[in-house]
Amino acid sequence: MYETIKVEVTNQVAWIKLSRPDKLNAITAQMNKEILQSVKAAGKNDQVRCIVITGEGRAFCSGQDLTGVNEDMDHGKVLRDLYNPMVLEIHHCDKPVIAAVNGVAAGAGMSLALACDFRLLSEKASFVESFIHVGLVPDAGNLYFLPKLIGHAKALELAILGEKINSSQAEELGLATKVFNDNIWQEEVASFAERLAALPTTAISLIKKNLKSSWNITFADSLEKDAQSQRIAGMTSDHKEGVKAFIEKRKPSFQGR
Amino acid sequence: MINNYEYIQTSIEGRIGMIALNRPDVLNALNRTMVVEILSAMESFDQDESIRVIILSGNGRAFAAGADIEEMSADGPIDFELLNQFKNWDRIASIKKPIIAVVQGFALGGGFELALCCDLIFAADDATFGFPEVNLGVMPGAGGTQRLTKLVGKTKAMEWLFTGKRITANEALQFGIINSIFAKEILIEEALKAGGMIASQAPLSIRFIKEAVLKAVDTPLEEGMHFERKNFYLLFSSEDQKEGMRAFIEKRNPDFKGR
Repeated sequence: MYETIKVEVTNQVAWIKLSRPDKLNAITAQMNKEILQSVKAAGKNDQVRCIVITGEGRAFCSGQDLTGVNEDMDHGKVLRDLYNPMVLEIHHCDKPVIAAVNGVAAGAGMSLALACDFRLLSEKASFVESFIHVGLVPDAGNLYFLPKLIGHAKALELAILGEKINSSQAEELGLATKVFNDNIWQEEVASFAERLAALPTTAISLIKKNLKSSWNITFADSLEKDAQSQRIAGMTSDHKEGVKAFIEKRKPSFQGR
Repeated sequence: MINNYEYIQTSIEGRIGMIALNRPDVLNALNRTMVVEILSAMESFDQDESIRVIILSGNGRAFAAGADIEEMSADGPIDFELLNQFKNWDRIASIKKPIIAVVQGFALGGGFELALCCDLIFAADDATFGFPEVNLGVMPGAGGTQRLTKLVGKTKAMEWLFTGKRITANEALQFGIINSIFAKEILIEEALKAGGMIASQAPLSIRFIKEAVLKAVDTPLEEGMHFERKNFYLLFSSEDQKEGMRAFIEKRNPDFKGR
């Protein structure tokens, strides 16, 4: 059903693989739409408790496919129609979303990784703010997420200098949740994703929501959000299971409800 | 209460009369029978002395995604005139008891107008309001252009009505269209809490306050002030005024009877 990506669900993890390896998974309009649809579908699928976005072949995603770019293109319209809805869908997703950055993440490919909750990096991974090299501005949420992740000064350096950041530099900057050797990459990503899928999913969604809103609201309002979220989490069976397991001195088995 | 409605469900929670729009498979699109049922349920709660507050909500994902388009698509102006369906909406707006709308998902077109007929609106963070009528070559007909404008002023009302643009819960809060936003999991319980708080107040105070505030919306100030004063005087003939003031002096909670 998808042309530019592959999606499969295993062990409660939805794997979304960008699948144009010969083009380093460059994003086309079709891919924008398919990423959006697949994230939306995974968000609604009760069998899914974690989402992984990764790239097939040697790149994660090289950014916008430049073959479609010409003088008549309205860059703003492309963002409003294609990239912004895609990034918004990821940003609004209740479930944890991992970018498994297997290789280069350049331009909008980097933006895509930044929009996710976790960034797992292969040692072969790299980030490039390539926009500046073609006289453009980092987009699709890039400049929104980047300073929040690594601070204003470093975000500005990356965006303006456009230098390639390798996986260990990315880790130092705080862009990586973890970096894995290439030979254990697949298993480590799968085990991290499955670990997230086994956590209390409702609590995760509320944590994501409150952290996101913390940037825009007052302390008093955030305390009220804590209260509302705790009321919701407090009604979940995962909470009851957690308390029960603690008392019984065993590991909890969370069902995501 | 025996529930013999086709398109809505009613129930009672303490002193709160609950009405839930119940066509979830069509996002509670409002057809004419449904509006008659809403009105009839509201009027019966309005007459029921044990009920002090009415809560109106929608079952399923939406509050109400609009009017039933198919039902009206073949109608002509004379049909509308003879049917006089908007009379029912006027009667909803003249219910005396406070009405809280609980909105999750879409409140579009007629659904938005229905919410605007209520006194308070509690919304879920996914609530979306809007008047998409313009996209169908028509316009709101149940008060949309009037009530939205009185709420938010001409400029924003024009923009939203011209474009049919969706209004997010945050925008709606910012412009004073709604009272509060809650996560949808706890929306109804928060509305019930607020409803319970209002239900514990002296019912005649609430009744006359509602009347006076609605008067303010389309009356010159002097006339409104006059109206307010008369209502204020009138409350001094109530038992609850005596109870309220006595309880205040005696430093205890009042027990209001609605008399």
